[in-house]
Amino acid sequence: MQEISTSANYIPLLLQIVVAAAFVIFTLVVTHKLTPRINSDRKDENFECGIEAEGNARFPVSVRYFMTAILFVLFDVEVIFFYPYAVNFYELKMEGLLALIMFVGFFLVGFLYIRLKGALEWEK
Amino acid sequence: MDTAMLIEKSALVLLLFLISLGVAAYQTYFERKLAAWIQDRVGPDRAGPFGILQPIADGTKMFLKEDFIPAKADKWLFIIGPGISMFTALITSSVIPWGTNLNLFGRDISLQVADFNIGILFVFGVVSIGVYGIMIGGWASNNKYSLYGAIRASSQMISYELAMGISAITIVMLTGSLSLNDIVQSQHGMNWNIFYQPLAFFIFFITSLAELNRAPFDLPECESELIGGYHTEYSSMKLGLYLFSEYTSMFVSSAIMAVLFFGGYNFPGMDAFSGNTLAILSIAAFALKIFLFIFVIMWIRWTIPRFRFDQLMHLGWKVLIPVAIVNMLITGLVVAWNQGWM
Repeated sequence: MQEISTSANYIPLLLQIVVAAAFVIFTLVVTHKLTPRINSDRKDENFECGIEAEGNARFPVSVRYFMTAILFVLFDVEVIFFYPYAVNFYELKMEGLLALIMFVGFFLVGFLYIRLKGALEWEK
Repeated sequence: MDTAMLIEKSALVLLLFLISLGVAAYQTYFERKLAAWIQDRVGPDRAGPFGILQPIADGTKMFLKEDFIPAKADKWLFIIGPGISMFTALITSSVIPWGTNLNLFGRDISLQVADFNIGILFVFGVVSIGVYGIMIGGWASNNKYSLYGAIRASSQMISYELAMGISAITIVMLTGSLSLNDIVQSQHGMNWNIFYQPLAFFIFFITSLAELNRAPFDLPECESELIGGYHTEYSSMKLGLYLFSEYTSMFVSSAIMAVLFFGGYNFPGMDAFSGNTLAILSIAAFALKIFLFIFVIMWIRWTIPRFRFDQLMHLGWKVLIPVAIVNMLITGLVVAWNQGWM
């Protein structure tokens, strides 16, 4: 089992990041230079599907999407708290498991609350 | 880190990059052939024998087509969007151990680009950044179809990330490490996690499909309502980068599913081999598992119809998250019982 990770472990990752970024930038620049470009007023408009587009796409969308995002932030933080526990599962033994059950209890109280409040309902 | 190490890592990175792109390109061919087979058609058959050169023809076409940016679009964000998607898809593969150590020129070469002790967290983190690529691209297009596609994609991806995170915790609990290398080594031979955690695998598989925006969770790009979803306005290689990143992610997440639940490069009877023979056989075993996962994901796409959005959210929040939590608690209790802690 690997105990420590030093910054040297991350150097190869840096190489991969450089290769990936180089590929993306190269592709975007080359296609930009290589391809033909013909503009006209009609063509520069956004794609529509038979009916002329009204206004632009900078408008408010359903608040449910926002709710989903906010709830995700709350619950994802709680999920991240499970990870350090899971790594030390065998060392913490029963004490850790009881703490986990308690924590899941809190998690579920919050979960039940948003459920009963109807934050997860999309049909209404 | 010495020079030889740096050279071997660079070679591995480049090789992995080329393999990722090659696999992604031929996945498109394979998918079209498979779809044709399922629907009793012929599929692509013009470019080369059996249409085998089709991905190359498609790639060349995408490179040479007009690179169009709508007048109303936010130009820089429009360009950055596909870039982020492709970038994140390409760097996830760095933490995957592709086989046992290979012995070349008297050096033991580890077939994992970067082995650090937070492997799983790194994967989840990078996958989360991928959401930005789709959201930025869809929003910058300034098209309502794109906007809806992007918003659907991001709320679907973040919702399913919760269940995915919780289902992977059971594997971390059993292994006691976040490093993918340790997780693979703990599944030596046929001691695969799928036999201990079938439910966690099932949840992880469903959530992976949702993260990949694959059918039956392909609402972000459902053609019948949203034309192309977040990439409606994209053309040329910008569209190509989006499609490429989707297929690269599919390859990488098949690899991650194989690593977490199906023993990675382990295969039954591997103790009978050693050295380079073992390394090559382990790579082959891993490649076979990845191929099977890709096949199943494609098979699902051409078999199961799409969910409705409220059904999707219902499944993610009200079914998968509670089931994943219960699975985690049961795992903890069973291990506690077996170890005699209670």
